[in-house]
This record gives sequence, C-alpha cells and structure tokens, in this order.
Amino acid sequence: MNEPQIQSFQTRAVGAEERASGSAAIIRIEPSRGWVSLKLGELWKYRELLYFLVWRDVKVRYKQTVLGVAWAIIQPVVTMIVFSLFFGRLAKIPSDGVPYPLFNLTALVPWNLFSNGLNHVSNSMVDSSNLIKKIYFPRLVVPIGALLSGFVDFALAFIVLLGMMLYYGMIPTVNVLFLPLFILLTLITSLGTGLWLSALNVRYRDVRYIVPFMIQLWLFATPIVYPSSMLPEPWRTIYGINPMVGVIEGSRWALLGTNTAPGPIIIVSSIAALALLVSGAYYFRRMEKTFADIV
Amino acid sequence: MDDIAIRVRGIGKEYRIGARQQSYRTLRDSLVDLVMSPLRRVAGVLRHSSAGFGPSNDSIWALRDVSFDVQPGEVVGLIGRNGAGKSTLLKILSRITEPTTGSAEIRGRMGTLLEVGTGFHAELTGRENIYLNGAILGMTRAEIARNFDEIVAFAEVEKFIDTPVKHYSSGMYLRLAFAVAAHLRPEILLVDEVLAVGDAHFQNKCLAKMEEVGRQGRTILFVSHNMPAVTRLCPRTILLGEGGVQMDGPSHQVAGVYLSSEIGNSAEREWPDVAKAPGSDVIRLRAVRLRGKDGRVAETIDIREPVGLQMEYDILQSGYIVIPHFSVYNLDGIEVFSAVETDPEWKGRRRSAGRYVTIAWIPGNYLAEGTLLVGAAANTVNPSRMHFWERDAVVFCVIDSFDGDSARGDFPGELHGAVRPLLNWTTQYFSQNGTGPVELD
Repeated sequence: MNEPQIQSFQTRAVGAEERASGSAAIIRIEPSRGWVSLKLGELWKYRELLYFLVWRDVKVRYKQTVLGVAWAIIQPVVTMIVFSLFFGRLAKIPSDGVPYPLFNLTALVPWNLFSNGLNHVSNSMVDSSNLIKKIYFPRLVVPIGALLSGFVDFALAFIVLLGMMLYYGMIPTVNVLFLPLFILLTLITSLGTGLWLSALNVRYRDVRYIVPFMIQLWLFATPIVYPSSMLPEPWRTIYGINPMVGVIEGSRWALLGTNTAPGPIIIVSSIAALALLVSGAYYFRRMEKTFADIV
Repeated sequence: MDDIAIRVRGIGKEYRIGARQQSYRTLRDSLVDLVMSPLRRVAGVLRHSSAGFGPSNDSIWALRDVSFDVQPGEVVGLIGRNGAGKSTLLKILSRITEPTTGSAEIRGRMGTLLEVGTGFHAELTGRENIYLNGAILGMTRAEIARNFDEIVAFAEVEKFIDTPVKHYSSGMYLRLAFAVAAHLRPEILLVDEVLAVGDAHFQNKCLAKMEEVGRQGRTILFVSHNMPAVTRLCPRTILLGEGGVQMDGPSHQVAGVYLSSEIGNSAEREWPDVAKAPGSDVIRLRAVRLRGKDGRVAETIDIREPVGLQMEYDILQSGYIVIPHFSVYNLDGIEVFSAVETDPEWKGRRRSAGRYVTIAWIPGNYLAEGTLLVGAAANTVNPSRMHFWERDAVVFCVIDSFDGDSARGDFPGELHGAVRPLLNWTTQYFSQNGTGPVELD
C-alpha cells in the first residue's frame, strides 16, 4: 500500500543526487592503522565551528563572577606584586638592569597565556566529552579552541603591561616587531604540550592532577623570577630546550630592550616547540579513534 | 553501482571491557595490588597499551559483519533490542567512533542527530545557542541565519530568545533543541532516538517534522524503539540482533518479526500436547490464531481490514455452558476491549465433548494502529469458573497507510486513542457572514 510513495521518494532523490554529484563527497569509513594524517584541510573546513567554540568559551568564562573580566588582570598583577616583594626586594635577584616589577610582569604575561592555555587544552577533551560522544568533527578543533579562547585574557593583561612600561618610562625599540613571533611560540608550546596531555587525559584522568603541579614546577624552570643571564654559556643556550625560556627572554628583549643577545636560545626554543607541536598533533590523531569509546 | 548512498560492508566493532569479573581476592592481594598497580599502569602508558588498566583479553563484539546498502532517498528504520548494536552502528557511520573491521562508504553531505541540544550551554541565550548548536551540527552561519526565524517559530520561544536557556522550562529547552536539529538539511541523515524525549504533544510534533523531512527525498537511517513510528516513517527496516543483521525488508514484516521474537509470541500459537495445554479437566486451549480477511494467518493487518481472532479448544467433559472470550491489549497496557462469544447457536446451550473452533471478527477501521496483544480465555457458567486465561497468547500489528481512505484521512501526524473508528462525518459550508446554510447540490 505504500509502494507508490516509495517510488516517488526514490525518483526524486536520484534527481537530487545527480545535481549534487559534481561535489558529492565520498566518506570512507574503515579502521585506521598506525600513524594517521593530520587532515589539516578538514580542520580548515571546520573553522566556523572553531570560531563558535572559542566564542562560547569567551562569552561564558566570566559569567556569574563578581569581578568578571577583571580576573584576567588581577591574576598576573597580584603574582607580580608577590614575586617583586620576595624575589626582587628580599632576595635581591638581578633583573638585567630593568626595574624588577616590569622585568617580572613582562615574563608573567606570556607565561599566563602559556599556563592557562596548557591547563585548558589538557582538560579540553574530557570537558567536551558530551560533544565527542555525540557528533563528528575533527577532534583537533577542541584543543585549538581551548587555546585560542585564552587570548582575550592575554590581550587585557598585555594592555596592563603596556601601562606599566609607560609608568616606568620604557619605550620599546624596533625589536618589538619580533613580539608576534614570541606570542606564536608561546601558543605552539602550549598547544604542543597540551595535545599530549589532553590525549592522555582521556584515558588517564591523573593528568588533571598532574597539570597544575607541572605548571608550578615549570614556572621555576623558566626565567620568570630570575634572568637566564645568571647561567653561563653553553648552559644558557641548552636551557632553551625549555621553549618558554626562548619566549620569556625574547619578550624581554623585544619589549624592554634587555641586552642579553637571546638569539641562540630562541632558535633552540623554536625547534623544541615545533617538535612538541608536531609530535603532540600526531600522538593526538593516533589516539583520536579511541576517544569516543573511553572518554 | 555508484549511486548507493550508504554502503556498509562487514562492519564489526570490538569493545574491550577490561577484567570485570575478577575472581575472589584477599586483602593481601589488594594491598599488593595497591602498591604494584600504579607501577604497572605507568608501564602500560609507556607501552601505549590499548587497555592500560589490567589485562585486556576481555572484549565483546558489539557488531559483527554487518553489511547492507541504502539507496539515495530511502528512509530506513533500524531496530533491535537494547545492546543489539544499533547505536554503535550509528556512531560508526557518523564517524564518532571507528569500526574494528570492515568498511563503509557514504556519498553525500551527512548529518547526525544522536541527541538534541548537543553543545547547548546553559549560560548562553536561546539566540546564541541556536548559532552554537547549528555550527556543531554542521550548518554554516549563513544557513542558520536563513533558518533562524523559522527555528524560533517552530520552538515557540520568540519571547525568550534573548534569555539564557538556564531559565527555560525543560519543555522550552527541548523544543528549541529539536527545532535547530529539525532544520538540519543534509542529504543523508542519521537519527537516533531523539524522539523519545519530551511530552506526547512534543513527540508528535517531532514525528510530523521527521515525516516531512522524509518526504523531501533525503536518505534517512532512523533508530527507534517506537514501532508505530518506524513503520510509519520507514518503508524498509533493518533488524539488528546479537551484533548482526537478522532481517532486512519491508517495515511491517520486520517489525512484526521483531515484536513476536521480543514478546516470544506470534500470530499463531498451538499446544500440540493436550496434557500441557492451558486449561482444566473440562476445557483445554489447543490453539490461538489471527486471521486476515483472506482467512490466512496474518501478523500484520491493514487498519481498514477486518481481523479474525480464532481459538481452538477441546471440551473434555460434556454438559457445560461454555463462554469463550478474548481480551485485546495495546503496548501501553491498555485493555482495548474484551468480548465474549455471542453466537446465537450456542447461547445457553450445553456442549458435548469434542474439538471446537471459535472465531471473532474485529471489523476494519476499528482498531488503532500499533501492536496488539490478544488474550484468550474460556469460562463455564454453572459452576461459574474460568478454565484458562492465556494472557499474551498472540500478537499482531495494525498498520495505518497514507492512502487517505483510513480514519486518519489526510492527517499525517500521530493519532492517539486505543481505537480508531471511521466515523460518519459531515461538514457543511455556511456563507461567509454566517447567516445560514448554503444549499449544496
């Protein structure tokens, strides 16, 4: 009794298929083996989703807080005050000839971009489990979105940093043109490390507890409260294996004009950061097939 | 054959479930484990072992060697009991998870609807959530903007569109969530039981919308437990069971087989051994059958056609006035009716021993569509006693077509009620100012 209807469904649909066949995408589904491609082209196709996820995170981040977006400024400023008191005043740690608070804040602003990003990226896959279990999209969208949503905080903190520089009468030199490079290096380091941790976090929830601890240790392994010029060469260049060393020394050089010749450190740091990003992305993609099953 | 929309070949999915059923353990074992297991787990991490926790030899196959094709424009139902692998199959086809074996090929833009409101954020307003959810479902910003007014109207939340959804009632929330999903327009749509939420009114609205989408010539794979919905939406249905395709064919047939295997009954039931047949030493039930209008045993009945409830019974002792009767229940557990035999030939008449066959015809255009369970019973009057009462003796399915001459007329949505009689309707046209009836020829 339903026959005529079925017929008409089919004829109409075949027509539609013919119209679309020019661009008809064929999706192949099969078990993946070994190392898989990063599928960056597909990632680009989903940039609108990335945009909406970042937009959501930014909109929601300070909802139902009293101080709201002020938190983005309070965090680095209070840390700077505490560090300046203990390490600058009491411990009298040298600061490459720059006022200690400025020396410290110039490091804390990119550091916060890194550490907040790392924290968000590491937990991003677990926090988005309801999305991952219900809908397909390139999974890399989630950690990248988590990283980029922290950028608003960074921009606000950066304005405070500029204000501090004005207060101390510090005018940046042409070196400041290199600053975007160091911000990019921060993002690469944060994402690379975060990709490793977010993929591991899906299976081992221990990561959630390791990350804050790790960030704390990493902070002291990075020249934030002290200058890397305290180290003799060649150790100083080797120190650049920690990519944040290159970021911090580079930022100070670009903004404050510290005369520390950070070139070799930055090269080592860039290589380390890229190695982290590439390995992290491949590890993430390799583990991706199991995410929906175990998250 | 290049025009197949969904081609599935030998898909299998293995899940590792770790060591769930561990044998008896002592406290000492546990303590040793407490010390040792972190080390073992760390070792597992480093080896990228696919099941870092304990031994990994325990696994189950949720799907095994599933193959089928779906033509473009086909609307196919996917049914099976819980754990049959329906949702796993849908997740594989929508690329949420990978198959362990086999392959599939999908031609065309695909959309998935495993739940409504995926990614909704309570702090965002209705407007913001429409854009967010639309993007998550795979719509472009332009597409969402184009459909925005329609989505809001469908959800009936115009007044609250700029209120955070955490202040919505659950009904409003669901309506908005479904409204976005309903405006997803891919060529191929995979739908899980998203209709199993909300109140009856909302479910009807969703179902009607699904029907509309189905008529637009899209390819749909529809997972549901709601048999009337499956038979109505999908001409073809695939039955999954024990991880594989058990049956693939016209929906009413597959639904009938599924229901009869699920309930353990079918349209025909016999008790060949009189000693084990239900009943007493006076009467024993020997068979219950459902007959279509052609007299053949039938599991599915067109709503417009009569269905015969037939019972065969042996009267073992002569001299009783016997009253056979049937009760018909629907899947909601409502007793649609009970009816006792009223054949004038046997009214008040004592019966002699022997085999009797009693049949009661339910007229066409009387029952509502859906699955019906038939109970068969027999009483004697003096002494008043029930000799057997076989509650779910047989089961059958009533199918409502869309040909326009059943009691649903041109109405495409879900009609409620335990019965669906074809009433004697008349409508008169009054003149525009309502002064009096217009003479119709």
